[in-house]
Order: sequence, then C-alpha cells, then structure tokens
Amino acid sequence: MSLLSVQTLTVMRGECPVVDHVSFDVGPGECVGLIGPNGAGKTTLFRALLGFLDATGRCDLRDRDARARAHHAAWLPQAREIAWPIPVETLVTLGRIPHLAAGARPGPADRDAIAAALERMELTDFARRPATELSGGEQARVLIARALAQDTPLILADEPVAGLDPAHQISAMAEFARIAADGRAVVVSLHDLGLAARYCTRLILMHRGRIEADGPPRDVLTPDNLARVFGVSAYMLETEAGLVFQPMGVVP
Amino acid sequence: MTRLLLILVLIVAALFALSLLVGPAGFGPAQSLDALLTGRGEAVALVMREIRLPRALLGAMVGASLGLSGAALQGYLRNPLAEPGLIGISSSAALGAVIALQTGLAAAFAAALPLAALAGALVAVLLVFLLAGPRGGSLTVILAGIAISALAAALLSLVLNLSPNPFAVSETVFWMMGSLADRSFTHVWLALPFMVAGWIMLALTARGLDALTLGEDAAGSLGLSLPRLRLLVILGTAAAVGASTAVAGAIGFVGLVVPHLLRPFVDGRPGALLPASALGGAALVLAADVAVRLILPDRDLKLGVVMAFVGAPLFLHLIYKTRRATA
Repeated sequence: MSLLSVQTLTVMRGECPVVDHVSFDVGPGECVGLIGPNGAGKTTLFRALLGFLDATGRCDLRDRDARARAHHAAWLPQAREIAWPIPVETLVTLGRIPHLAAGARPGPADRDAIAAALERMELTDFARRPATELSGGEQARVLIARALAQDTPLILADEPVAGLDPAHQISAMAEFARIAADGRAVVVSLHDLGLAARYCTRLILMHRGRIEADGPPRDVLTPDNLARVFGVSAYMLETEAGLVFQPMGVVP
Repeated sequence: MTRLLLILVLIVAALFALSLLVGPAGFGPAQSLDALLTGRGEAVALVMREIRLPRALLGAMVGASLGLSGAALQGYLRNPLAEPGLIGISSSAALGAVIALQTGLAAAFAAALPLAALAGALVAVLLVFLLAGPRGGSLTVILAGIAISALAAALLSLVLNLSPNPFAVSETVFWMMGSLADRSFTHVWLALPFMVAGWIMLALTARGLDALTLGEDAAGSLGLSLPRLRLLVILGTAAAVGASTAVAGAIGFVGLVVPHLLRPFVDGRPGALLPASALGGAALVLAADVAVRLILPDRDLKLGVVMAFVGAPLFLHLIYKTRRATA
C-alpha cells in the first residue's frame, strides 16, 4: 500500500523545468527527508504534489478532489503566516476544518485531536495566548500542531524546523519520526542534514529539479553526492544513537 | 460569541427604536409607536410609516452591509486597513449611481440606480484585487485604493462638470456626502434584494476566511476552494456596497471602525467577525443617523460627514500602529 505515488512529475517555469521527471512512492512507516540546496525545487515539488501548480506526469494526491486531499494529506508551508491575533487553541482548531460538516462546531473527537496536538508540541500552557504574540519558533510549533490536528495519513512539511531552538528541532523531528512509526508517513524538507540523517528513514536528494539519489540516509549522504550537489565534505559516524553527520568544509 | 451577538442585537434594537422616535415632528414616544403599529392619527401615522420607518430600516440595512463588507474584505486581504470607502469601492459605486442619475437612466427604470452602483463597485473590487493581489501588503492595498478613489473622483467631477443642469449638480454633490434623510420605502425595496444577495454570499465565506488566516496554500490544503471564496467576496461586497451607495450615498469608515472595535471580542477570528460586524455596522449607522438629527436638527447634517469625523482619527491611529508594528 502506498500513501503517495508520483510518476514523472514535471513542472515548467517558462522553458525551464523546475521539477524534472520526478518519480517516487511513499509507503506507511516512512519518514522521508527531502534535501537539496536552495533552488533545487523542493518547495515547487511539494506545491505540485498538492495541486497548487500546473504540472505534467502523474501524482495520486493531485488527482483527488480538494476535500479528499485535505483528509489524506496535511500541508505545512514554509511561509509561517498567522494573519490575525487568534488564540493558539483556536488556530490549531483550523486543522479540523476538513473533518467538520458545513456549519458544524468541533465535537469531542475534534477536541481530543486538538488537545493531543497541543500536548505533542508542548503548547498546552500557551493555549489561550494570541498566536501572533509568540516568538517565531513558538509560532512554528503552533503551525506544526495545526497540521498534526488535521490527523491525516500523510504529512507534507516544508522546512518545519528552521528557526527552532535545538531542543524543539529535536522534539519536532522525533514527533515526525514517531508519526511515521505509527504507520503513517511524513515527507519533510530540511536543510539540516544532521537532523535528516538521524530522524529520517529515507532521504530524497534533489538537485536542479531532478532526484539525484533516493534511499536510506547512509546511501544518499555519500561523499560524492555531497561534493557534487552541496559542494561540501562531511564527517559521518555510525553510533549506537544513530547516524551522526556533520558538514565540515566547502569543496572547491 | 453567542453572548456578544445577543448584546449587539439588543443594541441594534434599542437604536432602531430610538431612530423611530427622534425627529423634527416632535411626537411623544407612546403616540409615535401607537401610530406606527395601529395607523391611528393620520398625520402621525404617515410620518412614522412613510418617513421614519424606512429611514430606520435603511440605517440598519446600510450599516449591516458596510460592516459586513469591511469585515469580509479585511479577512480576505488579511489587512485591517481594507475598507470599502477607503479603497475606492464606495466612490466607484457612487460614480455608477451618478451616471445613472445624470443620464436619466434611473428615472426611466428604477433598478438602474442600484445596478449601476453595483457595476461601479464591482469594477473597483476587481481592480483592488488585481492591483494588490490577495497577498497584498497594507501599502499595496492602500495605494491601489488611492489610485481607484482618485480615478473615480476624477470621473465623478467630469460627469458633474459636463452636467447641463446646475440644480442637479448641487443635488448630486449633497447626495454624495451620504445621508438617510428623506428616503422612502421605494429605496428600501430597491436596495433590499441586492443587499440580501450580498449578505448571503459574504456569510458563506466565514469558514474560508478563518482558514485563510494561515495563508493561501495552507487554506487550500484544508480543502478550501480559493477561486470560489474570491468570487463570493467580490460579488458579495459589490452587491452590498453598491446597493448601500445607491440609496444612501457614500458613507465611509463604517467597515473600518466596526471590525476594528469588535475583533478583540471574537478572538480575532475573521469568520466570527462577520455577523458581529454586520450587527455592529447597523448599530453604528443607526447611532450616527440619530446623532445628525440631534446635533444640528435644522441644518440637515450629512451622515457621511459625521462618519468621517469618527472614522478618520481611528484610521490615523491604525496607520500609526501598523507603522510601529513593522518598524
């Protein structure tokens, strides 16, 4: 069973392919890290998967109608927008919109999902505070909680941990890994290759719109791939606590 | 939330009653209500039923339309400075109405007046959305509004400039200041269908506007159709503001003041702000319309002028706050 299936997906910007014949499948239990330098096409790929951009090729998520898509996949955009001073709990409640009939108020199941999402992101104490008054990192956690409250088999997240302090980076990635281990799936784009190596079950490396490598972290983060795509060298060590990865220098 | 709406309903009801009881004819409250309900006392009944009742009804209808449109526009543009009057929608609607009046179209065919105003409002909303974009920052929205207001004002001046009849010109100029004086049930029936259509369309945007708090992509991923939401906001605002302007002239700032005052009471939720702003707008316009009758009873003080005195200082305050927030 697959939760996301993509075949030869291509997005053009003018003459130039920004996402170029991308194919991959994501199954239950996978926490997929989408990595690649700036401009590699990660965000464009996400937006094309969700049907926000014109694209050719096949993607089962695009083929669903908007409501079915909202039940299948939660999307966490990179831009952290919170337009109005809404209390944290109310904002997380927005994640329940796909589950509510027209005009219905949140029921017990919705309230449970909201409380669970707040607790997982350690936001219970903030529940009544206006979200716009929180710090940037706290707002990021509120938005992650909103996506968790949507309670979907698949979560797509575009750089969700950028700007978080180390403890919350770790707890957010551990949460994504735990969700995947529960039999759901997460696709998360990251610039921190150390976090990617440690928490993702699989990495997809993008470069100039193409998939350069796809597989377990140790097979993707090879010295050759790192030098060619990122222009860096790195130190990598297999430890009892998992793979430790640290970029060391710039390759000329 | 329910309590807030209940309080607002009571305030609107009280102001509606007050609006019925205040006027130059100086009847006692008991006599007025008796005449209104039973039709006893011919002169009093005539004043109550043909002058004061339509005036009070129009006050509530126009206020609700302007408050609701302001809340919906702010929610959609995610900008607390968006307001039908400030971004040129009211003046464009006025332009449409003036063209209908000056060409004699309105005299030939009664629905031409609200239809022309609606068309003017529609063009303005489309232009603002086009120029500012749904993600438009405060600056772009206000600049787009200034450009549209200036263009509408220039075209209005041109129409008045070329008008062959000086009496019609002065009448139009006074009409544009916005007023509910000397309106009849004809005006109520002319505006009501368009307003109700606008209210329904704007009421349907509540959940979409809530979702849009998170930005367009996140809202789209929650199963929301952005093109449908945009269409409802455009048509709903144009219908409500167009019909209001057609019967009451250009009354600004209602859609700015009311959502701003009520936002804290609904926890900032743009969807919940819609019904609250509709009621709040009705209350504000009814109160202002009572005030114009009490402040200068014999000078026909214009409603739009009073609203500008209330709204403009608040607008300055909002700009100051926005500047501080972005600095």
